[in-house]
Amino acid sequence: MKYLCLIYDDEQLWARMPKQENDAMMGEYFEFDSAMRASGHVLAGDALQPVSTATTIRIRNGKLSTTDGPFAETKEQLGGYFLIEARDLNEAIGVAARIPSVRVGSVEIRPIMNYDEPG
Amino acid sequence: MLVQTAASAAIPDAAALHDVIDRVYRSESRRVLATLVRLLGDLDLAEEALHEAFVAAVEGWDRTGVPANPRTWLVSTGRFRAIDALRRRSRFARLGEEIVREWTVTAESDDEVPEMDDDQLRLIFTCCHPALSIDAQVALTLRTVGGLTTEEIARAFLVSAPALAQRIVRAKSKIRVARIPFEVPAMDELPARLDAVLGVLYLVFNEGYAATYGDHLVRADLCAEAIRLTRLLAELLPEAEVEGLLAMMLLHDSRRAARVLPNGEISLLDEQDRALWNHSQIAEGLALTERALRSRRFGPYTIQAAIAAVHAEAPSAESTDWRQIAGLYDVLLRAQPSPVVELNRAVAIAMRDGWAAGLTLVDALLSHDELVHYQPALMARAEMLRRAGKTDEALAAYEHVAAISTQHSQRQYITRRMTELRGEVSPKRERTPG
Repeated sequence: MKYLCLIYDDEQLWARMPKQENDAMMGEYFEFDSAMRASGHVLAGDALQPVSTATTIRIRNGKLSTTDGPFAETKEQLGGYFLIEARDLNEAIGVAARIPSVRVGSVEIRPIMNYDEPG
Repeated sequence: MLVQTAASAAIPDAAALHDVIDRVYRSESRRVLATLVRLLGDLDLAEEALHEAFVAAVEGWDRTGVPANPRTWLVSTGRFRAIDALRRRSRFARLGEEIVREWTVTAESDDEVPEMDDDQLRLIFTCCHPALSIDAQVALTLRTVGGLTTEEIARAFLVSAPALAQRIVRAKSKIRVARIPFEVPAMDELPARLDAVLGVLYLVFNEGYAATYGDHLVRADLCAEAIRLTRLLAELLPEAEVEGLLAMMLLHDSRRAARVLPNGEISLLDEQDRALWNHSQIAEGLALTERALRSRRFGPYTIQAAIAAVHAEAPSAESTDWRQIAGLYDVLLRAQPSPVVELNRAVAIAMRDGWAAGLTLVDALLSHDELVHYQPALMARAEMLRRAGKTDEALAAYEHVAAISTQHSQRQYITRRMTELRGEVSPKRERTPG
């Protein structure tokens, strides 16, 4: 059985967190990640860039609509995810636009945090 | 022409050099910036590099003279300075080393800088990317492609300069982090993405043409900037709708001098002194409209241009071909249904078939819940009632608009109309008491 664990955080809280506390939390995260990957529990996991980098797309009547910002409709619920590799946001939108639910629901595209590159 | 005069001038004196650099900045800085964005892949880096390139010009051109091709000189100087700066920084942050190495190789291998014109087009599409909020698209386009200062844009849209600067910083950060590419969209995406670009330019023009707030009805600087950017886009991408939008802007802007009376009051189309219209803008707008219509690939902007063209060709409001205008609004309503189009169609039909027909349509429009407070429709209703001779109803309608209008020149106009109507009302009341 596979489970997706979704992490909900207050971005402001992380931004206000003192460096020492932040480092300790991140240390815990890395520890959890390596231990759970070693035990075979974690298959994939990533941090996401802040919601300000989010893009939400929908297709209605065959027309693609792209909006700035995260998914905000409360009527629809998270129903799945794909981790994709794309050259840039245009390619990511092209791929995401082919997810069937985009015609009835919405797909939020969020860049994955890359800790090797300055954000 | 700048390049020739500059090159033949050998080494200029300080004042002349200042002038030359000033002119080069005005004519070349946006193009140089666009190319630097492509070469460096980052807006902030490119802006810094542009600044550095001009610093180098100020410091160097008095000794070396003005280069034969200032644009190419600025691009390569800016690029090398950016790479130098990154090298210095990468000593502290090892992360950037690989990127710097990569750029140095490309920088040294291709000395020719091709496709400069396309660079501006790329930048336009990036600034108008639908993954950015529309406010951010407008601000970024005016800032990076138009070269307006943050303060100028803030003033035009009545937000504080720090808020606008923040908007631009956020947009740039999204471009970088979400990796919005600097590219002209592929053919299959182009129509939709071009629509987004035209939408931004239209919004800039509209805010200039009918300023939503404040004491001035027309902000000529925003109109001029929108026209300049659309003209640039039409040169880079001569699509029918781009030319249609440019035509529409020119035909509307041609009435600018006639739209505001010397006392600051708005002057509506039917009252305007048509001798004040700008006839060279009209001529250019008419030619562009015809060309866009002939292409048969036109859309809503070209139809709007065609409507403006019918007005432009009429010597007076009475002799306007309202049948044709009403017909064009029918077409426009099918292509792009919206309350604005419906309202304008209602006015055209009123002019064609009489005020009763127009009022029926406007009342129907205002009966929609979300349009109850739709100001242009309320204003049109007041105008129709006045012309239909329904004085009391017209007065009440004007009063309603005056109470919600945020536009100084419009309130001024309403006050005059109400005074005129009251002048009519009182004698009538005396004659027919009860």
